[in-house]
Amino acid sequence: MRVWKYGDDINTDMLFPGKYTYTCSTAEEIKPHLLEDLDGEFAGAVQAGDIILAGKNFGCGSSREQPALGLKAVGVEAIVAKSFSRIFFRAAINQGLLLIEAPAAVEAFREGDEVQLDAANGNIRVGSEVFSFPGLPPEMMAIREAGGLLPYIRRKLADGRGKA
Amino acid sequence: MGMTFAQKVLAAKSGQKRVEVGQIVTVRPDHLLTHDNTAAIIGKIEADLEQYGVVRPDLNIIVLDHVIPAAAEKNAAGHKKIREFVEKYGLKNFFDVGEGICHQIVLEKGFARPGGLIVGSDSHTCSYGAVNCFSTGVDRTEAAALILTGETWLKVPPSFKITLSGRLQPGVSAKDFILSIIGKLGADGANYKAVEFQGDISGLSMDDRISMANMGIEMGAKIAVFPVDETTREFFRQIGAPLKQDEFVQADAGAEYEKKFSFRLDDVEPVIAAPHTVDNIKPLKELEGLPIDQCLLGTCTNGRISDLARAATLLKGKKVSPHTRLLVLPASRTILSQAMKAGYIQDLLEAGAVLLPPGCGPCLGAHQGVMAPGERTLSTANRNFKGRMGCKEAEIYLAGPETVAASALHGKISDPRKEVSP
Repeated sequence: MRVWKYGDDINTDMLFPGKYTYTCSTAEEIKPHLLEDLDGEFAGAVQAGDIILAGKNFGCGSSREQPALGLKAVGVEAIVAKSFSRIFFRAAINQGLLLIEAPAAVEAFREGDEVQLDAANGNIRVGSEVFSFPGLPPEMMAIREAGGLLPYIRRKLADGRGKA
Repeated sequence: MGMTFAQKVLAAKSGQKRVEVGQIVTVRPDHLLTHDNTAAIIGKIEADLEQYGVVRPDLNIIVLDHVIPAAAEKNAAGHKKIREFVEKYGLKNFFDVGEGICHQIVLEKGFARPGGLIVGSDSHTCSYGAVNCFSTGVDRTEAAALILTGETWLKVPPSFKITLSGRLQPGVSAKDFILSIIGKLGADGANYKAVEFQGDISGLSMDDRISMANMGIEMGAKIAVFPVDETTREFFRQIGAPLKQDEFVQADAGAEYEKKFSFRLDDVEPVIAAPHTVDNIKPLKELEGLPIDQCLLGTCTNGRISDLARAATLLKGKKVSPHTRLLVLPASRTILSQAMKAGYIQDLLEAGAVLLPPGCGPCLGAHQGVMAPGERTLSTANRNFKGRMGCKEAEIYLAGPETVAASALHGKISDPRKEVSP
């Protein structure tokens, strides 16, 4: 498991360049360009179970969902940031990607620290310190637990559109 | 306790008398806006569409604008797929290549109305706050779900109140004003918040308000909204869809705001957003003289008739510097046509401008003005992120239309107030 550490205001153009927005839409098309203009090493080296740690306003800018879709597809376990921009936050829930707002945990991280996540109990260990984070409201948790928004609404649709 | 604009609209749209900040409500938006990304959106739900169809054909507004005319086979295939979808489900609110930028179309065709609720798979959907509409961006997956169900959830946001007074000085634009506000609040200064502009807004034209609401997302806002006044009513009369007397939503006097700010328009000076964040605001005078390779006038932020008029007035009878190039990108066919009739396009072309078709053009870096490493663009668009215009080793500076026009004239960042005749 590797921790990828970035700064404040990581925008969606850095996470996935706008020039590919209308030619790359599937996970396989997105993966090679993830974080292309931010960290050239990331797309080739990221592995399932890795964690991204970042500063404030992560995911600001465009509503493009390729960053959330791609990071979920390569198996990023969670993004831990001081704060997230709202459209990215929504996109991540809709993809079933785990976002954790834990400013103190991000502050505490030093290069080489081990990071362990216990999402079920709302805890994250950074080095020797443990930080807790609040859970999602039930409405959003239901979407994430269904594996994303589309699986979630398919269940509702199967029960009769507009109900539930 | 009174309610804010956001509380009132979300209460109405969720069928409740009152909603509280932080509450999650299920809403049925009036419209869902999608653009070139409609192809990818419907690609996610092909089997579901076969089974369930679209929930409400008049929910969808689809505008082809992002990469138009198609720059590559993939774009063309996407457009074709969208036209077939529109045909198959009998969708009426479809605007093909050349009609204009989606946000301008939603406004000028009268889809956005006071007290309305529109969500769109584009972050600048917040633009319709200019006409007192609750409008905000969502991702593609959410748009796909909405096509099938017609409903979604929204969290009732806390609100900021920004009280305005006074008038902008000559040579200073609403773009300078909103950039100054973003510089003060920060790129995440209004993250998740509903921003209400209040006070004396009579000095701001509808074009000014659209520019400002459009940039709301650049400080993270969920919505950025103006009250209804005579300017709003005149706008709706002009587009042939006059407002009813009671068609507006206004916050109650006792509404609760998380933060309050006041700004005097007279104090606003020309500013520039320097690379690579929109809140990196510098007074124009700090950057005066910086050579510029490309100037972009237009986009959904500043591609309206008054923007083209300001630039044309400044450039009429003069020539764009041989050391730069000026791209002009009107926000819609209607605006382009108006600008032609008024002679603005002629003035701009004779000054040496390159006219692009109404659409998003080079703003997102896909085509029509992609930059080379080491180049610098001065643009009236809304984002200056690294790589935004197709090249991560290029620089993007953001400014108002007057500043871009004056700078095109000299090939370097220039103060438009020095061009204003006494």
